[in-house]
Amino acid sequence: MSASDESRVEPARRIQFAFTDEQEQFRSALRRFLKDKSPTTEVRRLMATAEGYNPEVWRQLSEELALPGIPIPEQYGGAGFGMVELCIVTEELGRALLCAPYFSTTVLAANAILNAGTEAQKSSLLPDLASGARLATLAVTELSGHWDPREIELVATPVVNGYLLDGVKSYVVDGHIANLLIVAGRVPASVGHEGLALFTLSANSEGVQRRLLESMDPTRKLARIDFHGAHADLLGSVDDGAKPLIRTLDQAAIALANEMMGGAQALLDSAVDYAKLRVQFGRTIGSFQAIKHKLADMLLDVELAKSAAYCAAQACAVEDPEWPALACLAKAAASETYLRTAAECIQIHGGIGFTWDNDTHLWFKRAKSSEVFLGQPSYHRELLMQRWGV
Amino acid sequence: MSRISDEQVRAEVRAWLAANWDPEMSLVTWRNKLADSGWGMPQWPEAWYGRGLPVGLARVVEEEFANVGAVSVAKSGVRLLAAATLLEHGSDLQKKKFLRRILTGEDTWCQFFSEPGSGSDLAGATTRADLVGDHWIINGQKVWTTSAHHADHGLLLARTDWDAPKHEGMSFFVIDVKQPGVDVQPLKQMNGHASFNQVFFTDAIVPAENLVAGVGDGWKVAMTTLAHERRGADGLNPPSKRGARLGRIHAEERSELETANQPYKWYPQRAGRVDLVFERAKETGANKDPYVRQEIAKLMIMAKSAEWTARRARAAQQHGRPQGPEGSLGKLAASNVARSCAHVHTLITGAEAMLAGPGSPRDGIIAEILVSVPATSIAGGTDEIQRNIISERVLGLPKEPRFDTGPFRNVRKN
Repeated sequence: MSASDESRVEPARRIQFAFTDEQEQFRSALRRFLKDKSPTTEVRRLMATAEGYNPEVWRQLSEELALPGIPIPEQYGGAGFGMVELCIVTEELGRALLCAPYFSTTVLAANAILNAGTEAQKSSLLPDLASGARLATLAVTELSGHWDPREIELVATPVVNGYLLDGVKSYVVDGHIANLLIVAGRVPASVGHEGLALFTLSANSEGVQRRLLESMDPTRKLARIDFHGAHADLLGSVDDGAKPLIRTLDQAAIALANEMMGGAQALLDSAVDYAKLRVQFGRTIGSFQAIKHKLADMLLDVELAKSAAYCAAQACAVEDPEWPALACLAKAAASETYLRTAAECIQIHGGIGFTWDNDTHLWFKRAKSSEVFLGQPSYHRELLMQRWGV
Repeated sequence: MSRISDEQVRAEVRAWLAANWDPEMSLVTWRNKLADSGWGMPQWPEAWYGRGLPVGLARVVEEEFANVGAVSVAKSGVRLLAAATLLEHGSDLQKKKFLRRILTGEDTWCQFFSEPGSGSDLAGATTRADLVGDHWIINGQKVWTTSAHHADHGLLLARTDWDAPKHEGMSFFVIDVKQPGVDVQPLKQMNGHASFNQVFFTDAIVPAENLVAGVGDGWKVAMTTLAHERRGADGLNPPSKRGARLGRIHAEERSELETANQPYKWYPQRAGRVDLVFERAKETGANKDPYVRQEIAKLMIMAKSAEWTARRARAAQQHGRPQGPEGSLGKLAASNVARSCAHVHTLITGAEAMLAGPGSPRDGIIAEILVSVPATSIAGGTDEIQRNIISERVLGLPKEPRFDTGPFRNVRKN
C-alpha cells in the first residue's frame, strides 16, 4: 500500500502495525502468569492425564485474568476485547504450551455463538463461557478430516422443538471435556454451502457418544463424537448457510496462527540459548557460521510469519475487507514456519534434541498438529488464491 | 503522541500548502520554499531545514502532501544517505554547504565505499588519503558505485593511517566527483546493463574542511550511512502508482526521477517485480495450474509478510520502542523474495523464459528480471554478511574469530 492508498482508508479503521502500550502490558502480565503456571514439568504432567488440564489453573485464569471472556462483549459477561487481544492470549498460550480448553471454549465456541447466535442465545449461552464456568467446543470435521464446510455430511433433521443430529464428528478439540457442543451440520438433502447451520446441545444429551482419541500432540486433546438422533437446538438460523461457520473458522485460523507464533518464538529462544551454551571443538556452537546463519534465517522466518499473524488479527479487528484472505495467508505462513523452526531447533540441539527428556518435542508435536488443525498450508494457500480472485 | 498535536500539525501543513503550493513553480523554487519552511523534512532538526517532529507526525505531513499532490524534496539516489550521515556527523560548515542543495535536488550524490579488494570486508579498503598542506590527496580504486557518472559529490571512505588497526585507520570525506583525477567508468553486469561504475582516483583533491568527523572516524561514520542504506533496501518498490500530474513542476520532477532511476532500472531490489505476478499468471493461463497456484501463493505470502515486517519496524520506531538492526532482516527478506519471484516468473512464463529482448514476454522485462536476480543477494552487503549481523547484533551470538587485528599494514590482503 502506498501512502496515497492509505489516506483513502478511514483512520479509525486503519490497520495498526504496532501494539498499544496497554496491549503490551496485558501481554507481560499474561506471560508472568503463564511462566508460573505452565512450566514444562506441568505441561508434561497434564498431557499425560485424560482431562488434559488443571481445573484450578483454569479457575485462576478465568477469575484473575478473565481470559475466557476476552472476545465476548461486556453485555454477555465478557471483557469486551477484540481479535487483537484474543490473539495476544493465544500467542502467549502457545509460547507456554498451556494445557487448557481455551481454544475450544473461547476461540471456537464463543466466537461461533457470537457469529451465529440470536440475541437470546448469546445472552443465555455466553455468560457461562465468559466466566469459565462452562467448557465448550465446536465440532466441524468428520471422518474425512476436511475443514472445508462443503464436506460436512452430519444431518440435522427438523422436529417439533429442534433438530435431531445424525452423523460423526472427529478431531474435535477438547470434545471429551466440553459440556456444551456446537455442531456444524446440514438440513436433509442440502449440498455445498447451502443448508449448513450450527446446532447446540449438551454433551450429556441422549444419543451422544464421546471417545477420547490418542493424539500425536498430547497437549491438544481430540475426541470423536457420534450422534444418533441427538436432540439439538439451532444456533441462529439456517438462512445464512455456512457464513457464520466460515467466519468462525477464519477467526480461529488467525488465532491459531498467533498461537503458533508464540510456540515458534519459544523454540527460537531455546535454540539461541542452547547455541550460546553448548561447546564443541573448543567453541560455543553459536560461534560457527553454520549455526549463526541458521539462527538468523530462523529469526527472519519467525518475524515474517509473525507479521502475517499480527496483520491478520489487526485486519479482522477493524473488519478490513481483506481479512478473510489474510486469515488464510497467516495460517499457511505460521504452519510452515512453526514446523521449520521446531525441526531446526531439534537440529541445533543435536542428539539430545530428539530425546524425550528434552522439551523441544513438546513444541514440535504442537507444530505438527497445528499444521493440520483447521486445514493444511496447501488448503489455505488455495483458499487464499480464490479469495484474491486469482 | 497525542491526538491534538496530530490535528494541529495536519491543520498547519494544510494551511501552508494552501498558501504556497503551485504546480507551475520551478522545482528548485518550490524546494527552496520547503527547505525554508521545514515542511520538506519535518523530522529533521529546526536548525537544518526541518521542524523537529517525531516520525509519526512526519507521516501526517506526508499524507497532506499526497492529498494535494505536492512534490516533495529530492529523495532519490544516495542523497538522503548523504544527508543522514552529514546530519549525524558533519560539521556546521558541511551542513550549511551541502544539505540545502541535497533537498532542492540541485546536487546528486554517490557513495565510494566498496573496492575490488574489499566488498563484504568493507573495512579492508586500501584507497588512500594523504594530507598534504591544506588538502587530502586521494589515490586508489572504488567499484559498485551507483550514479557516479552524474554525481556532483561522493561520500568517500579512505585509509589515512596504515599503522592503526584496520577499522581505526580510515577517515570519511566528501569529494567533488567532477574534478580532474576522478575517472568514472561504467561496469557492465551479467544482465547487460551498467547500474554501477568503477572509479579511479589519481591525485584527486579533497579540501581539509571536507573531512567528516575526525581523522580515524571513517568506519563509525560509514556505519551510519550503511544503516540508512539497509533500511531503505527492505522494500520492493513497484513503480509509483501516482498518475501523470500536470504542471511544470511535475514535468521537472519526472525528468529528475528518470535520470536518478536510470541506473536502478534493473537494480537488484527492483528485480523482484512481485507486482506483475497476478497479471502475468492470468495472461498466460498459468493461474489454472494447481502447482503454479501454490507457488504463487507461497511467493505472495513471503512478499506480503516482508512488507508488513518493514511496516512493523517503522511502527515500533514511531512508538519509541528500541530497534535492532531491522534493516538487515529487511534486506535478507528482500533477496529471498526476489529469488522466489524469479522462480515464479519462470513457472508462469514457461518456454518463453528462454527468450530475451523486445520479442520476448513483456518486451524483455521478464528476461531482465530472471538475469538480474542473482545480484540481489550480493549488492548492498551479501546475504551472508546480513546473517552475521543478525546473529551477532540481534541474537547476541559470539563474534567471528578475527585474523585482521594489529596494524593494517601487516594484515593479509588479496
